[in-house]
Amino acid sequence: MAPPTRARWGLLIPAAVLALVAAACGSSSTTSSGTSGGGPVKIGYFGALTGNNSPQLGININNGVKLAVNQYNAKGGGPKVTLVEYDSQGDPAQAPQLAQKVISDHTVAVVGPAFSGESKVADPIFQQGQVVNVTPSATNPTLAEHGWTYWHRIVGNDSQQGPAAATYISSKLNLKRVAVIDDNSEYGKGIADIVASSLPTSGATVPVRDHIDPKATDYSATVNGVNAGNVNAVFYGGYYQNAGPLLKQLRDAGNKATFVSDDGTKDDGFVAGAGAAAANGAYVTCPCVPTPSTPSGQAFTTAYQSAYNVPPGTYSTQGYDAANFILAAIKAGNTSGKSINSYLASNSFNGVTGTIKFASNGQITPPEIEAYQVQNGTITPVGVIS
Amino acid sequence: MKGPQTGIVLIGVLLLCALAAMGASATTAFLLERVAYRPLRRRTTSRLAALISAIGASFFIQEVFALRYGRDILPFPRIMNKTVLFHIGSGEVRTDKVLVVLAAIVMMILLDRFVGTSRLGRGIRATAQDPEMAVLMGVNIDRVIVLTFILGGLMAGVAALLFGTFFEVTQYNIGFLLGIKAFTAAVLGGIGNLRGALIGGFALGLIESYGASIFGAQWKDVIAFVVLVLVLLVRPTGLLGEQLARSRI
Repeated sequence: MAPPTRARWGLLIPAAVLALVAAACGSSSTTSSGTSGGGPVKIGYFGALTGNNSPQLGININNGVKLAVNQYNAKGGGPKVTLVEYDSQGDPAQAPQLAQKVISDHTVAVVGPAFSGESKVADPIFQQGQVVNVTPSATNPTLAEHGWTYWHRIVGNDSQQGPAAATYISSKLNLKRVAVIDDNSEYGKGIADIVASSLPTSGATVPVRDHIDPKATDYSATVNGVNAGNVNAVFYGGYYQNAGPLLKQLRDAGNKATFVSDDGTKDDGFVAGAGAAAANGAYVTCPCVPTPSTPSGQAFTTAYQSAYNVPPGTYSTQGYDAANFILAAIKAGNTSGKSINSYLASNSFNGVTGTIKFASNGQITPPEIEAYQVQNGTITPVGVIS
Repeated sequence: MKGPQTGIVLIGVLLLCALAAMGASATTAFLLERVAYRPLRRRTTSRLAALISAIGASFFIQEVFALRYGRDILPFPRIMNKTVLFHIGSGEVRTDKVLVVLAAIVMMILLDRFVGTSRLGRGIRATAQDPEMAVLMGVNIDRVIVLTFILGGLMAGVAALLFGTFFEVTQYNIGFLLGIKAFTAAVLGGIGNLRGALIGGFALGLIESYGASIFGAQWKDVIAFVVLVLVLLVRPTGLLGEQLARSRI
């Protein structure tokens, strides 16, 4: 494009001013009304669907949400609902703009944001725009401390998961020298810090504390540090994308310490990345209890399997429950963010994962943490640890 | 063929893989030169245009692979056993590490001899020094440039095989960070100087490793780039600075 001449600038500047004014009016009018107008009620999924920040977790959630909305519309009996997918790529830098788009789309409620980093920047915008948000998976504890009234979380957080993992390592597995590694993300560093500070209270020491660069492939500096620390367990805070290669490089360097990680690692991508031989015996903890074998749990698993040809993944059930709670509010005649929010605050919901009831800070009560172990290449539940 | 191989079979498998990787990567380089560089070279002399076109082409290829193979990391089969040969202090010397270092040195010597002594090598050096003069002296620049791309592709293929054998993972954009690191190594060693690039690469690797174990792994890139800036402040042409830089301005 040729650089604008003086005459072109003359046209451009008023046009730009007009656009800015229009944008400002658009967002302010949404904030004051907060309803979806005449058409179908819009709810959204907000989180990673593509990109390299472990999108599989987001796809699992979105599939659960999509299933809930399709079932709701097929059944009828309430206002029609459309689902809008907001693909943040799990990137905190993209989240604010996308959150603004949620508001300008008149989307009244979202399931998400899926990750903690993006939640931290998107949630204040949702709060201001009166968009109900229910995260099925962002587990950083500080998210509950901002006084966001439109924010909800239907899983336990890391200040519950972290100590449970620490106790599990030191008391149940009886491992007393633990290296704690993380990926420097809002979520990974958050839970690793909690585990590192909880381990000494349950009688273990943390001789190695290191951070990896999630964009890098070569973790040899960290691996050398872990080997030099002579530990018998390694806790990794982060996502499956890096956990797999990290574990593989540890095993290749002759390290035999028990590997424990968090819910971000609970994905088959972890086993694929590490290779089944290296992954076998590794543990992950997760506030996600396995889909129960109750009638509603089995019905969900069957419906999910037939819709997507794969069994429900990590957080699919939580995404489904979060969407269904919002849909129950809409079915009861609440079509604005504000009225859905007060429905969620005053009601409880019988979901697949059990009874969901939010405390005044938006956190589910009481949470359950489950431990899983990789056995024969499959991540298998081994019991509730909280 | 399944699982790690040994002995003569392993060498055969590695050579076969190397040939396949070199072929694929050289073909890509050839096509890239045709699609993304040559048309620009014909129309404009701006180096910036070529750079932007290169970035665009790289995004295009990355996204094609992301759409076809997904964005998650993909496992890479284990080709060779990773046996510990001996220890130096607490560091262990493993077969795959030895393979990487030896292969890198052999490739470097071959490339250095080729560029230094062959007819094409002379053409490459002439074109790098002064393209217009090279044309006047009878160098077919188009031919030299496309062959340079193919040569680069062949080297990249070997690097990819070594990387895959060592880390055993791959991803649609796994080469991006490597590309930046390679460029950094070349700048550190002195752009246009092959031996400098080798030294720059080793220096960068050592700085990163020592930096990471002294300050923590999250400081790795910070330390590497701080050292790069400091070196360039003292020696703007890199460690083995080449007069070539003058003609590139």
